Amino acid sequence: MMKDDQLHAYVDDALTPEERELVERHLQDNPADAQRVRAWEANNRSLHRLFDPVLEEPRPLHLRVRGPSTAARRVLPIAAALALGVALGYLARPWLAPGPPAAPLIARQAAAAYVAYSPEVRHPVEVGAQDEQHLVAWLSKRLQAPLRVPVLSSEGWQLLGGRLLPPASSSDPAPIALLVYENARGQRLSLLVKRESTQRDTAFAFSQDGPTRVFHWIDGPFGYALAGDVGREELQRLAELTYRQLNP
Amino acid sequence: MSFDGRQIEELLPRLRRYSRALCGSREAADDLTQDTLERAWLKRAQWQPGTNLRAWLFAIMHSVFINGVKRVRPTESLEALGDAAPQPEGAARADSGVQLSEMAAALRRLPDEQREVVLLVGLEQFSYAEAAEALGVPMGTVMSRLSRGRERLRDLLEGGAATAALRRVK
Repeated sequence: MMKDDQLHAYVDDALTPEERELVERHLQDNPADAQRVRAWEANNRSLHRLFDPVLEEPRPLHLRVRGPSTAARRVLPIAAALALGVALGYLARPWLAPGPPAAPLIARQAAAAYVAYSPEVRHPVEVGAQDEQHLVAWLSKRLQAPLRVPVLSSEGWQLLGGRLLPPASSSDPAPIALLVYENARGQRLSLLVKRESTQRDTAFAFSQDGPTRVFHWIDGPFGYALAGDVGREELQRLAELTYRQLNP
Repeated sequence: MSFDGRQIEELLPRLRRYSRALCGSREAADDLTQDTLERAWLKRAQWQPGTNLRAWLFAIMHSVFINGVKRVRPTESLEALGDAAPQPEGAARADSGVQLSEMAAALRRLPDEQREVVLLVGLEQFSYAEAAEALGVPMGTVMSRLSRGRERLRDLLEGGAATAALRRVK
């Protein structure tokens, strides 16, 4: 008498060659069991035909590997767009409002862009790192000066790609580029690059907006702001590495 | 050190396939997948490198699924079933001669615990040991659920085919 477990193990290819042979001999002599085994196998094939197409389906945009709470996720893409809009609008307001001294414009722009784009799993960038040449050419053209892309892989950060951001306001119409990096833990880092009219180099300056820390500086025609949810020391190390790479 | 996002990305299509087969609707399946991803991210520090990430993720999906089932019974309406599986072209027939939509309907009628094992082993090609790990039950339990689930599925489909044949004869 053959136990059903052996028949299932036969269907699931979990038997040694000797056991397989025993089951096959049993099936020859027991047409009822053979029919059951054929039905189980046929049903497995049907399951594959039914559900394998899911493997090829494009992923819904709201599915993200790491992300905010359940309640937030369906509105998140909209919320991110709104947050960016509000942030940019806020940045564009005149310098009249009372309150604590705010971080400079470029640092606030960097923090806003980081918050808006770093949670994106699928579309954090418009042009991916695999098209780096195209990315550099495109952003350089829009920024009207040759852009260099720092390599941060020695610190464990790989370039994901870049995107272009809208100017902060009509009075400050300089286009803004954003490069996005990722480390092995899925954390993101963004480097904002913007044309600066002052042409006056500055030292590193640090600011913080919630968990997002920013180092910014001006160097030649560009202002840079490196933003991320990483420790201040690590961020400073990365900012220094970026600066050295841009000034070899 | 935990896993990184890319390792999960690689497993995502399979999580979605299993979820779709397990749940009624596409929407419920995407919700289950999303809840699983969020839970996995929160618990990422608990995953031991070198152990089976796939079984670990499916274990999370299993616990999210059974907790969710207690809240809302998945609908058994035929409309929902039509949405459950990708629609093959025409009236595609399964190997056993029944329509694939009948397979989807029969699957829905399996008890959850049997459906899980039938799918993990038959669709996701989990070994019995991996299935036991993902479901948090002994291997003997996996075997008995598999046996009952496959036989029930066969009964449901052969019964359905017989009924369909009668209808065609009339």
